[in-house]
Amino acid sequence: MNGIDITLAGCTLTALGSGALWWRDQSLIVVSDLHLGKTERVLRRGGPAMPPYETRDTLIRLENDLTATGAGTVICLGDSFDDVEAARTLSETDRLWIARLQAGRRWVWIEGNHDPGPIDMGGAHLAELPLPPLTFRHIAQAGASGEVSGHYHPKVRIQTRLRKISRPAFLFDSDRIILPAFGTYTGGLRSDQCVLRDLMRPEAMAIVTGQIPRVVPMPR
Amino acid sequence: MRAPAVLPAEISAWFKKRNWHPHPHQLDMLDRGDDPCTLLIAPTGGGKTMAGFLPTLVDLAEAPHTGLHTLYVSPLKALASDIKRNLRNPIEEIGLNIRIEDRTGDTSQTVKKRQRVDPPHILLTTPESLALLTSYEDAPRIFQGLKRVVVDEIHALAENKRGDQLFLALSRLQSLCPDLRRVGLSATVDHPEDIARLLARNPDPCNILYADPGPAPDISMLTTDAPPPWSGGGAAYAIPAVLAQVKAHKTTLIFHNTRAQAEIFFHNLWLANDEGLPIGIHHGSLDRAQREKVEAAMARGDLRAIVCTSSLDLGIDWGDVDLVIQVGAPKNVKRLVQRIGRANHRYNAPSKALLVPANRWEVVECVNALEAVRAGELDGDPLPQGSLDVLCQHILLTAAAGPFEATALFDEVTGVGAYSRLSRAEFDACLDFCATGGYALKAYDRWQKLQQRADGLWQLRDPRAAARIRMNAGTIQDSDTLKVQLKRNRSGKPLGEVEEAFAATLAKGDTFLIGGQIVRYEGLRDMTVQVSRNAARKPRVAVFSGTKFATSTQLSQRTLRFLQAETWPSLPSHTADWLRLQRDISRMPEPGRLLVETFPRDGRENICVYGFAGRNAQQTLGLLLTKRMEDLGLAPMGFVASDYATLIWGLDEVVAPKDLFDLTMLRDGLESWLAGNALMKRTFRASATITGLIERNTPGARKSGRQATFSSDILYDTLLKYDPEHLLLKITRTEALRGLVDFSRIEAMMLAVGDRIDHSRAPHVTPLAAPLLLEVGKVPVQSGSAEERLLAEEEAALMQDSGLARVNV
Repeated sequence: MNGIDITLAGCTLTALGSGALWWRDQSLIVVSDLHLGKTERVLRRGGPAMPPYETRDTLIRLENDLTATGAGTVICLGDSFDDVEAARTLSETDRLWIARLQAGRRWVWIEGNHDPGPIDMGGAHLAELPLPPLTFRHIAQAGASGEVSGHYHPKVRIQTRLRKISRPAFLFDSDRIILPAFGTYTGGLRSDQCVLRDLMRPEAMAIVTGQIPRVVPMPR
Repeated sequence: MRAPAVLPAEISAWFKKRNWHPHPHQLDMLDRGDDPCTLLIAPTGGGKTMAGFLPTLVDLAEAPHTGLHTLYVSPLKALASDIKRNLRNPIEEIGLNIRIEDRTGDTSQTVKKRQRVDPPHILLTTPESLALLTSYEDAPRIFQGLKRVVVDEIHALAENKRGDQLFLALSRLQSLCPDLRRVGLSATVDHPEDIARLLARNPDPCNILYADPGPAPDISMLTTDAPPPWSGGGAAYAIPAVLAQVKAHKTTLIFHNTRAQAEIFFHNLWLANDEGLPIGIHHGSLDRAQREKVEAAMARGDLRAIVCTSSLDLGIDWGDVDLVIQVGAPKNVKRLVQRIGRANHRYNAPSKALLVPANRWEVVECVNALEAVRAGELDGDPLPQGSLDVLCQHILLTAAAGPFEATALFDEVTGVGAYSRLSRAEFDACLDFCATGGYALKAYDRWQKLQQRADGLWQLRDPRAAARIRMNAGTIQDSDTLKVQLKRNRSGKPLGEVEEAFAATLAKGDTFLIGGQIVRYEGLRDMTVQVSRNAARKPRVAVFSGTKFATSTQLSQRTLRFLQAETWPSLPSHTADWLRLQRDISRMPEPGRLLVETFPRDGRENICVYGFAGRNAQQTLGLLLTKRMEDLGLAPMGFVASDYATLIWGLDEVVAPKDLFDLTMLRDGLESWLAGNALMKRTFRASATITGLIERNTPGARKSGRQATFSSDILYDTLLKYDPEHLLLKITRTEALRGLVDFSRIEAMMLAVGDRIDHSRAPHVTPLAAPLLLEVGKVPVQSGSAEERLLAEEEAALMQDSGLARVNV
C-alpha cells in the first residue's frame, strides 16, 4: 500500500494513492464523495443511461483499501450517495455489499450537500464529527483548523517534461486537508480555481493520486 | 421508348429570351422526372442545379401545388443559400409563383416554427436539419404532398456519417410520402453505381445519367528553378513561381491539404507580395463572419487569389476562377479532379490547373496523379457499411416523432443502401441500447428510455425526452475548440478557432498563425483565447484538426509501378537522379513485395519499411512494429511515417526483419494496443455522443468540452472493465479500425506480399529513406511506466525548487 505521511494538528495521517486518507493511530480510514448511485440519478432525471457499474467499481476499490489497512473505523465524508433517492434505490446486491463492509467496523456517514437527509443504511449519520484535535466535515470552513473535508473534488494539473498530467489530488496545509473524490463517476475541480486558492495557504501542498502518490507544491 | 418531355411555354420562352438552350442532360432529367430514382453525374458548372430543379419548375408551372413540393439537401449551409439566389432569378423572370426558403442551423426559431406550419414549395436544407424535421410529431403534415427530393453534391455525403444520417432520414420520408422521387447530383466519381445504390431505396433501381464531361482539363506540374526540398509540406520554395501565376491570371484558387499548411503558405505569400495583390484565405477554422467576407469578396471578383483547403471543395459558384493550384501532392486522384472542376465554371471550357509538389517525393506522386487523370482513372474505396451509432440516433429521432413498430422500422432501415446488409440481431441490439443502455447488468429498467406498449409499439417513456434527443442530434463532432479574439477588443469579431488541446500548450508570449496573421498569446478569458497582434517573423503554428489525407491505394500502386521503369523521362532530373541513386545503393521497392532496409546512423540502428500503404496505415504499422520489437527485445526508440514508408530507430540491429511481419501477431498487437489507446477513447467519445450516451447539450447548461472529455474516458474505462462486449465498444472498435488506423490497408499489403520480403542492408542511409529523417511527427516509443517516471522526476525537481525537501508542513 503506497502512501505519503503528513502531519495535521500533530496527528500523522497517510494519504493513499487511491484517494483515501488513513489515520493509523486510530485505525481509521476516510473517503469522500463516493457518489454511489449516480447512474440511477442521472437516468431518473432524464439523462443518458451510463454504464451502471460505478457503484460496483467504487465499492471494489473501497474494499481493497479496507482489506489492506484493516481499518476499524470508516468515515465517509459526505456526498456518499448521489442523492437521497439514489441511496434508497441502491440494488440489493450493493446494499448487502455495504453491510458486509460495515460488519465488525464503526461506520460514520457525514452528511453532504447531495445526501443531506438520513439514509436507511447501517452506521451513524452525523452533520460533522469532531475527533479532537481533528474535525471531519463535508465542506471546508474558512478559519477552521485540524479540519478534514471533501466536497470540492480537487485535482491538479502538472506540466512534466513531456506532457501535462491531470489527476485527482489531496490538498493540504497546516490547517486542513481536502480529500479528492473517491467515486468512479466524478469529475474534478482544478487546484488553481479561486475557491481552492482562497481556502488554502500559499505554502499548501498537493498529493497526486495514482499507483505511487507524489507530493508537489499545490499548483495555483 | 417514352415521349420526350415538353417544356411549358413560359419556361421555353425564358430559355429563348436568354438565348440559351437547355443542355441535353437537363432535358434527360425532365424525361425521367417520374422515375423513382435518378442520379446525374455532371462536372462542376454543367448546369447541374437547373437539371435537378427543372422537373420541379415544370411541375409547378403546370399545376398549382399546396405545401412542400421539393426538398433540396446539400452538405453545406452556404450551398443552400447560394442555390436560393441562383433559383430565384429564373423563377422571377419566368414569372412562376413559387416560394423558396432555406432551413439550416442558422435559420431563426421563429422562421423554423412558421415553416412547420406553412412549408414553402421548395425547401433547401442540410442533412442535420432534415433529420430534425423528421423527428417532429407533425412530420406527416409538414411533408404532406412532397414529390421530389434533390440531394446535391451527393458524392461528398457518400462516405461519411452525415450521409448515413441523410439516407436514414430519406427512408423515413419515403414511408411518409410513398411516391417520393429521389434525385442525386454528383461530381465525377469512380463508382457511380455505388452512389446510385445509396440514393435509391433498396432494392429499387436507379437511373444514372451522364452529362457531357466537357473538354479534358489542362493540367500540369509547376516547374521552378529551385528544386523542391527533400521533405516537408510547406512548398515555400515555390512562392515566387506561384505569385507569378497569380499575376498572370484573373482569379486563382490555391488549394492545400491541411489548414496549418494553408496558414503558413498564406503568410509566406504575403511576405513576398510586393505589389500588394488582393489575396485572401479561407478554411474551416476561421470565424464564419470572416469566411463569409472572403466569399463575398470572391463573388464580387475583388480577389486575385484565395489560399484555401477543402472548405472550398464543394460546388459554390465562385465566378471567374481561371486557375486552380494544388500545393502538395493531391493524395487522391478523385479529389484532384473535383478540385480542378473549380476552375472555369463555364461549361465547355477546359479547366486549367497546376500541381505544386512540396517535396521531391511529391514530384513522383504528382507525375503519377497527372497520368492517372489523363487516363481517366479515379480512385476510391468500396463504400463502407452504415454506422451503427448513427442508426441508434435515428431510432431515437424516430421515437421522438411518435410510437413506432420495430419490424416496420427495421424494414425501412434495410431499405437504405448502406444498411441493406444489417441483420435483425444488429438492429435489435441498437434498439435495446436506445431503450435500456444495452448493458449486461440490467439495472434501472424502470427508467428505460423507450418502452414497448401493450400493443407492441415502442415509445418514449417520458415524452419530454424528445426535446433532449433533438437537442443532441447530429453526427459532426465539434472537436473542442476555443474562439480566438484580440485582447481589449471583446466586442470585436473573433479571428477564428483553435483546438482546446492546442490552446492548452500555449504559454504567454507564444506566437501562432491564424487567419494569415501572427498573434501573440496573452491568456485565456471566459473560454476565449486572448491574443495581441505581433510582428514576429517565425510563429509557432496552430495545430488544426483538418484531416491528414493519406495517399490512396490506387495512386500508391501506380507510383510503385512507375518506380520499376528503367528511366524516368517525365521527372525533372534532380528527382530522377535521386531514384537512380536508390537503385545503386540499395534497391527499388517492387509491387507484390515488401522492401525492408536496415542501416546504421549516428550510433543508432534504423529499419525502413516501404509499405506504400498511405500515411495513416504506415503510422499504425510503426506502432505495431515497435511493439513487436519491444517484445523481441530489440529496444526500439521511436519511429516516423510517410505515405510510402515507416522508419524505425533503436539500439539494436534488426538482423531478421521477416520475424517482425507475422500478421496474426500484428493483429493481436493491434487489439491490445487499441484498447488502451487515446485514439479509441476519442472514437468512443464521438460514437457515445452520436448515440446520446454523452449529451453535448442539456436543457440547463452547456457542458464545457473539458468535462465531456473527462467523463467519456471514465465511461470507456468502466465499460472495458465490466462490459467489454457492449455494443458501443464494438462500434468503437469498428470505427477506429476503419477510419483512423487504416489497418485494412496493412492487412491487404501483407496478404499481397506473403513471404516476399526483401531485406537490404545498406552501409548508410539510403536515398529513399533520407527524407524520412527530416519528416515531422516523430513518435517516441514510451514504456508504460513513462508517466510514473515523469511524475517522479517532476516531484523531485519541484520539491528541490520550492526548498521544501521535507514533506511535513
